Amino acid sequence: MKELERARWRCRRGLLELDIVLQRFMDVHYVQLDETGLRQFDTLLNLPDNDLWEMIALRKEVEDSNLQPVLYLLQTI
Amino acid sequence: MGGGAGVIARRKFDAVIVGAGGAGMRAALQLSEAGLKVAVLSKVFPTRSHTVAAQGGIAAALGNVTEDNWHWHMYDTVKGSDYLGDQDAIEFMCRQASEVVYELEHFGMPFDRLENGKIYQRPFGGQSQNFGGAQATRSCAAADRTGHAMLHTLYQRNVRANTQFFIEWMGLDLIRDEDGDVSGITALDMETGEVMVLQARATLFATGGGARIFSASTNAFINTGDGLGMAARGGIPLEDMEFWQFHPTGVYGVGVLISEAVRGEGGYLLNKDGERFMERYAPHAKDLASRDVVSRALTTEIKEGRGCGRDADHLLLKLDHLGADVIKMRLPGIREIAMKFAHADPIHEPIPVAPTAHYMMGGIPTNFYGQVVAPYKTGPEEVVQGFYAVGECACVSVHGGNRLGTNSLLDILVFGRAAGNQIIEDLKKNTHHKPLPADSIDKALARLTRLDGQKSGESVAQVGDTLRKTMQMHCGVFRFADMLKQGVVKVDELAERAKHTEIRDKSRVFNTARVEALELDNLVEVAVATMISAEARTESRGAHARDDFPKRDDDKWLKHTLYFSEGRRLDYKPVRLKPLTVESFPPKARTY
Repeated sequence: MKELERARWRCRRGLLELDIVLQRFMDVHYVQLDETGLRQFDTLLNLPDNDLWEMIALRKEVEDSNLQPVLYLLQTI
Repeated sequence: MGGGAGVIARRKFDAVIVGAGGAGMRAALQLSEAGLKVAVLSKVFPTRSHTVAAQGGIAAALGNVTEDNWHWHMYDTVKGSDYLGDQDAIEFMCRQASEVVYELEHFGMPFDRLENGKIYQRPFGGQSQNFGGAQATRSCAAADRTGHAMLHTLYQRNVRANTQFFIEWMGLDLIRDEDGDVSGITALDMETGEVMVLQARATLFATGGGARIFSASTNAFINTGDGLGMAARGGIPLEDMEFWQFHPTGVYGVGVLISEAVRGEGGYLLNKDGERFMERYAPHAKDLASRDVVSRALTTEIKEGRGCGRDADHLLLKLDHLGADVIKMRLPGIREIAMKFAHADPIHEPIPVAPTAHYMMGGIPTNFYGQVVAPYKTGPEEVVQGFYAVGECACVSVHGGNRLGTNSLLDILVFGRAAGNQIIEDLKKNTHHKPLPADSIDKALARLTRLDGQKSGESVAQVGDTLRKTMQMHCGVFRFADMLKQGVVKVDELAERAKHTEIRDKSRVFNTARVEALELDNLVEVAVATMISAEARTESRGAHARDDFPKRDDDKWLKHTLYFSEGRRLDYKPVRLKPLTVESFPPKARTY
């Protein structure tokens, strides 16, 4: 129940850059994610703000290559 | 139904802290380690607080790289504040800086090191040796992740000390009794949508800033000034709300910061006529003039109709003449931000920019023990029993009219700890919880009941957007008498409109629409306080710059503003010019 709202709230971060990118992602991609995609997104949301932002801004490599498909969507939005 | 069923759950703690950024967690740690029962509420997971965005470091005169002295740091801070800072509080902060930094080191903070093992320090703007002499090297940092490292360090220590975290909870309103004493808060558990009373012998606000009142802001979405809203509705004045620090260049429309490095590398600003307008405002320094000068020039261009775009409300930052190689090599981060947030590749096209709000110098008035002080009984700075505030939401005031870089992380450490110590002392005297007043939850419930029942109202997003645009246009980085006057009328109307917003989702469980409506109430309090305080202050001081009164006026305005939400009334109190042990720094012209 209310998974969309919950996810949307967990996109509220300490860094403005992430707030904006994650909000766009929620508006465009979230509803189309399958179960694997949802799990990847959840894992990414649990990363510290700076790590997640550096991965999105291509300054840091993703350690778990399974996360690449959703991360790619975040990098290109 | 915001819990209107009659029975509201109640929990008792020794101390309740609202906000789990650096300030809240530093205070919580002091209390939990003293064996007190502490609850910390946060809208988001603690390590995702906005403290994470602080990169510059922590100012402390350790003297590890160049000779340094807390008294020099004090001088810089007083001068930076444009003499509006309270000199007793500034002395207190600068004297304690080394101690709180070493303490944080012992907590496990991964500071950068010198070869000799001491904490590495780097120079930062506004830091001087010998009272305005050579550049000082005073900032202690953990790479460009100082805030991040601080949050993680403090969170781990708090977990170990059994601090109880209430995550995804939002404070609603302050509970004050007939004596004016604070005995806790009402709060919303977002997961269940239930309202709860958190009763406490000490209530501490550490809710951070509220720069989301502006349409261009570097602040994260969570920075909606919740503590200020609660305090204002609870009858506590807000101090010096006209003072907001801006950066001249944020990405238009989103506020993300474009660092000064762009102009340092040769980028320059253009208006809609393609004119390099900074040549008119600063013939020598041009685009490299100080932040204040550049910000004012941008605002003046927009006000005089030379802004770009449909709404003529931004300027352009041109870099393409630098060439693709220079941009890729020296400004890769900036290019990334421009492409992502402005959809403009600076190799080919200019970046649309506007001044962006960054830090709130004003806030809930406190003394340097973190106790909230207000003129509500006999004196101008009477302690409000049971109520404390620290960090950006508080106005001690150590930043006065303008904050120096790296003094904000120092502020949260020094006053987080000081408030913790003061609460420990105060609770030795106040051994029992005061009985809750009969109407303690009415205010919070009334707001929720109104939202539940409201039909055919405006959307929260619509009112919020108009509010942010109004603040940006009428009360931005450079202020004009006519715009401020109109602004006062406009925010008044917006405050009324905010009382009639409608949310479609009336359910309880994880109702984010409701949370956003409650946040809007807080933004409105912050915005109205800012506009009214700014309109009244007929001088320019620190970050408050007026077109019609370009000079500082110490005869009339060397005083703190106090704004009262009830009746939208202003009062003033003197600046504390007398330090604790040293000679006062008398006001003089501020030049860099």
